[in-house]
Amino acid sequence: MDTRPTSRRDGWSWWYLLFVVQFVAVLWPPFYNRIEPTLGGMPFFYWYQLLWVIIGAVLTVIVYFATEAQTRGR
Amino acid sequence: MQDINWTALVIFVLLFAFITWLGFAAARWRRGDLDLLHEWGLGGRRFGTFITWFLLGGDLYTAYTFIAVPALAYGAGAVAFFAVPYTIVIFPILFLVFPRLWHVCHKHGYITAADFVRGRFGNRWLALAVTITGIIATMPYIALQLVGIQVVIAGLGIYGSGLAGDLPLIIAFIILAAFTYSSGLRAPASIAIVKDLLIYVTAFTAIVVIPMQLGGFEKIFAMVPPAKQLLATPGPNTTGAYGAYATLALGSALALFLYPHSITAILSANGGHAIRRNAAMLPLYSLMLGFLALFGFFAIAAGVGNDPQYAEGFKEFGNNFAVPALFLRSFPSWFVGIAFAAVGIGALVPAAIMSIAAANLYTRNIHREFINRNPTDRQEAQMAKWVSLIVKLGALVFTLFVPTKYAIYLQLLGGIWIIQTLPAVMLGAYTRWFNGWALLAGWAVGMTAGTAMAIASNLTPTYSLVIGGFDFPGYSALYTVILNLVVAAVVTPVFNASSAQRSLPDETGAADYYA
Repeated sequence: MDTRPTSRRDGWSWWYLLFVVQFVAVLWPPFYNRIEPTLGGMPFFYWYQLLWVIIGAVLTVIVYFATEAQTRGR
Repeated sequence: MQDINWTALVIFVLLFAFITWLGFAAARWRRGDLDLLHEWGLGGRRFGTFITWFLLGGDLYTAYTFIAVPALAYGAGAVAFFAVPYTIVIFPILFLVFPRLWHVCHKHGYITAADFVRGRFGNRWLALAVTITGIIATMPYIALQLVGIQVVIAGLGIYGSGLAGDLPLIIAFIILAAFTYSSGLRAPASIAIVKDLLIYVTAFTAIVVIPMQLGGFEKIFAMVPPAKQLLATPGPNTTGAYGAYATLALGSALALFLYPHSITAILSANGGHAIRRNAAMLPLYSLMLGFLALFGFFAIAAGVGNDPQYAEGFKEFGNNFAVPALFLRSFPSWFVGIAFAAVGIGALVPAAIMSIAAANLYTRNIHREFINRNPTDRQEAQMAKWVSLIVKLGALVFTLFVPTKYAIYLQLLGGIWIIQTLPAVMLGAYTRWFNGWALLAGWAVGMTAGTAMAIASNLTPTYSLVIGGFDFPGYSALYTVILNLVVAAVVTPVFNASSAQRSLPDETGAADYYA
């Protein structure tokens, strides 16, 4: 019988809302469908999305560490 | 007659010889009894974070990806970049859903998604639907990996009709079949490490060297026709290219992890932690995919399409020849050998995993479920080994005798089909609310509607959904999975009310889904 206190409520954490940021940032093309400002000659459309790969990874790392503490905290 | 690039070919062959050896040696890695299905088919579930990273990366970023994404950029322009938001949104999905799936599968000894669905919903027909969908979605994908090998072999200068031209591919196939048979999942896992190193070296070198050769990004983009540089602004009363782009990204992301080979790679990890860590680390591959899309533009700027040297390649493979042509033009022969080996080996890894995944499905969820209910461990593993071989052989025959465009159409349909297993597999990892029969109904509706939409749009991915005079062109897979969910949700109370037994048993318990 599992007697551990379920302080981690069946897998939900408010940290997960950080993921929503990624979704919104890249799934709304009108935000970024333009050429200017260019970066090193690359139009905004391209470097913006590549930048979000990095930001997305950072966000995921943050969520990982924030929720690992919860998982391990029993 | 043949203008073989000998230096490149020698390097290519040497690298292939190395990974062939590695594939066989892998049987002894993290030793296990390969006569047990979970050892052969899941590597004994012993792969830690790093190996899982290579395996998932090798799995998700296939040779076909490396050829087709730049080909799309070369031909259609900005829309090819949907691959980037697609890979950005897959990681939260991986992070949230799949550790849960891993835990419940580990606890109950499930090897496939269909095993899980069978246990969770107690409905063997729903599980069969998941199984069949998985197998038919995987097969064209394997064929396309072999096409990827064909393209680079042509790039090495080996053309020829009939047996002579097909021989390299057949040799590659034999190598693939042999080490998969002997070592199971350990083979592609070990080779994935080599493959990824080669791919990274190639991609990062290319992204630095080629723009320098072409005079910088500004010059490169100046050569791309303006219409292709950005998404076309939608006209009145339509979401136009914006809708297509966003739905392609989201739909592809949802579908990706439902493929049997993704699930196999995920389940072979040694814990939920490994999966979550990978969700944070795999984005490195995404960056590379973004670069890949740019290679299509490099190819435009380099004018490879107008170069008579590459005319034969373009004639045979269309825009798929853009990247091989670009590499041939930009790199010395020895590096071309490395780059092409990266793509070729990059085909073998996912082809191996895909065939293993399909074999696992058949063995557990068709053969054991419906034909022989009590196989010994040995019989199970043996059956899987044979099925994996047959699946690959089927893909080889298909690649050799059927025009490539049919493989591409089937692959497109495959994506639309596999996403129909989302309610049962991904939502099933969270809730038992749905009724198994309702899910089956939703699946059937989704499959039919999806196939119909694909045919209606001439086997292109986007379907023009017109509601009240407003056009929402979007990825058929996404639209139909929503329809699937709605049907399943609406019909669930109906089935629950009408059956004498309220719902079929759920083998799993709530605590099984996390550590």
